[in-house]
Amino acid sequence: MSDVYVVGVDMMKFGRFPDRTVPQLGGQAALMALDDAGLTVQDIEAVYCANLGQANGMVGQRILREIGQTGVPVVNTANACAAGATAFREAWMSIKAGVYDLVLAIGVEQMGRGLLGGGASSGISTEGLLGAGTMPAVFAEAGMEHSRKYGTTFEQFAKVSVKNHYHSTLNPKAMYQYETPLEQVMSAEMIAYPNTKLMCSVNVDGAAAVVLASERKAKELGMRRAVRVKASVLTSDPWQERDLVMADINTCTRNAARQAYEMAGVGPGDISLVELHDCFATAEILHYENLGLCAEGQGGALIDSGATTLGGRIPVNVSGGLLSKGHPLGATGIANIYEIAQHLRGEAGDRQVKGARLGMTHVLGLGTACAVHILERVAP
Amino acid sequence: MSEQRVASGPLPVVPFLKIPQHGDPYLEGCVCSRCQSVFLGERLACSKCGARDGLASRPLANVGTLHAYSIVHRSFPGVVVPYVSAIVDLEGGGSIKGNLINVELDPKKIPFGLPVEVVYGDALGRKDREGNSYLSYFFQPRGETSRSAR
Repeated sequence: MSDVYVVGVDMMKFGRFPDRTVPQLGGQAALMALDDAGLTVQDIEAVYCANLGQANGMVGQRILREIGQTGVPVVNTANACAAGATAFREAWMSIKAGVYDLVLAIGVEQMGRGLLGGGASSGISTEGLLGAGTMPAVFAEAGMEHSRKYGTTFEQFAKVSVKNHYHSTLNPKAMYQYETPLEQVMSAEMIAYPNTKLMCSVNVDGAAAVVLASERKAKELGMRRAVRVKASVLTSDPWQERDLVMADINTCTRNAARQAYEMAGVGPGDISLVELHDCFATAEILHYENLGLCAEGQGGALIDSGATTLGGRIPVNVSGGLLSKGHPLGATGIANIYEIAQHLRGEAGDRQVKGARLGMTHVLGLGTACAVHILERVAP
Repeated sequence: MSEQRVASGPLPVVPFLKIPQHGDPYLEGCVCSRCQSVFLGERLACSKCGARDGLASRPLANVGTLHAYSIVHRSFPGVVVPYVSAIVDLEGGGSIKGNLINVELDPKKIPFGLPVEVVYGDALGRKDREGNSYLSYFFQPRGETSRSAR
């Protein structure tokens, strides 16, 4: 089976664009990725498109109306916050299977403001009656479970947000470019203890796109800036005691990480940087352990040590993460591929992780879907 | 649905809350006879082992312990905050999510593992379009005498 390569990837600066349409945003990112690859839409054999807000709206096909209706197969994916990574993986599989040599994956989302989640299951709304279904509360509960097991503190969770906001000052494509000192994070409006407003990801509009190629095609195009896909894994949540009432974000991530390391033939110590799913500050600390970046129960100590800050042992969310770069749901799983590729190509500018050779992306769609990818620098 | 009449008594807020004609309301789960896993409500097959037969309904315990929680300060419009969203492990199996009431809204005052009991009461005055009222369940520290929802 052919290896699969990222030969072009880009994202638009995340922000709020109420005057533009979802196909316009997705089309812009698609053209940017094609430009990055030095290709045109006529070169693309299939399109995989991730979006949640208009999941039944044929977004991929509508994007082609914006950039060129070539008549190729289009597959639209929805998989909660793993939708973008799912599109990327479907694209990867189509090349692995030998069906295509050159495909395009796009992620795009236009978001409102406010809380995500909740929803009624009976004749009346059960939000605030049978506990909380809002995402800040659900991920707060997951964080509190970690506090229960390991004594993780509000302050340690808050430090994640301090770090990721700092990182985003180095990323011109992030929604925000400002620092949030610890005191500011901890005294921000409490949304769902222990997540304050600054510990919740930012709802933004955005799009990202990537061109994937077979080895044969990648060689033809030139390997200088190519990035090899070393592992692509998707999992769902296996049965757990509290499944129905407490989404398990941990087991599916651990399973995905284990499989990804196996597939790539590497271990956590080989990874140069990680973009993980910091939808809420609480989640990042859990995923340190889930992805094997530290020992069980050491997530709090890892953020305290500074190891996950740019310049540390294993920088995490150097892009600013979902907390500050922003979280346009369908685009997130492709935007983090862009971030890793920038570092592996040595093109990440002020936030470049020096000598990056292997990078990992992780997304988690509640309900639950988890995707982990490991990418490798090809150039010596 | 437009033909639906207003029920004579409150309706259960979730299908696994049972309101018998005589006797107290209770939560119903099912247990798998093959792997002994306990679930809230019903399902087609056991989520753990996939067994298609041998799932038997049974009442769940009205006592348990607090596993995890969040103190919710912001919610959707109309939802009264703050409140405690809690995950409780019921004695003898089954985990359930709901509001923890009759506690101080301070993380230092809400210990993990807190013994709680399940109490039943009106669904905070919420009614459906037909005007039906609903019976809900709540958790409170074990031994509390108050049965009010707030």
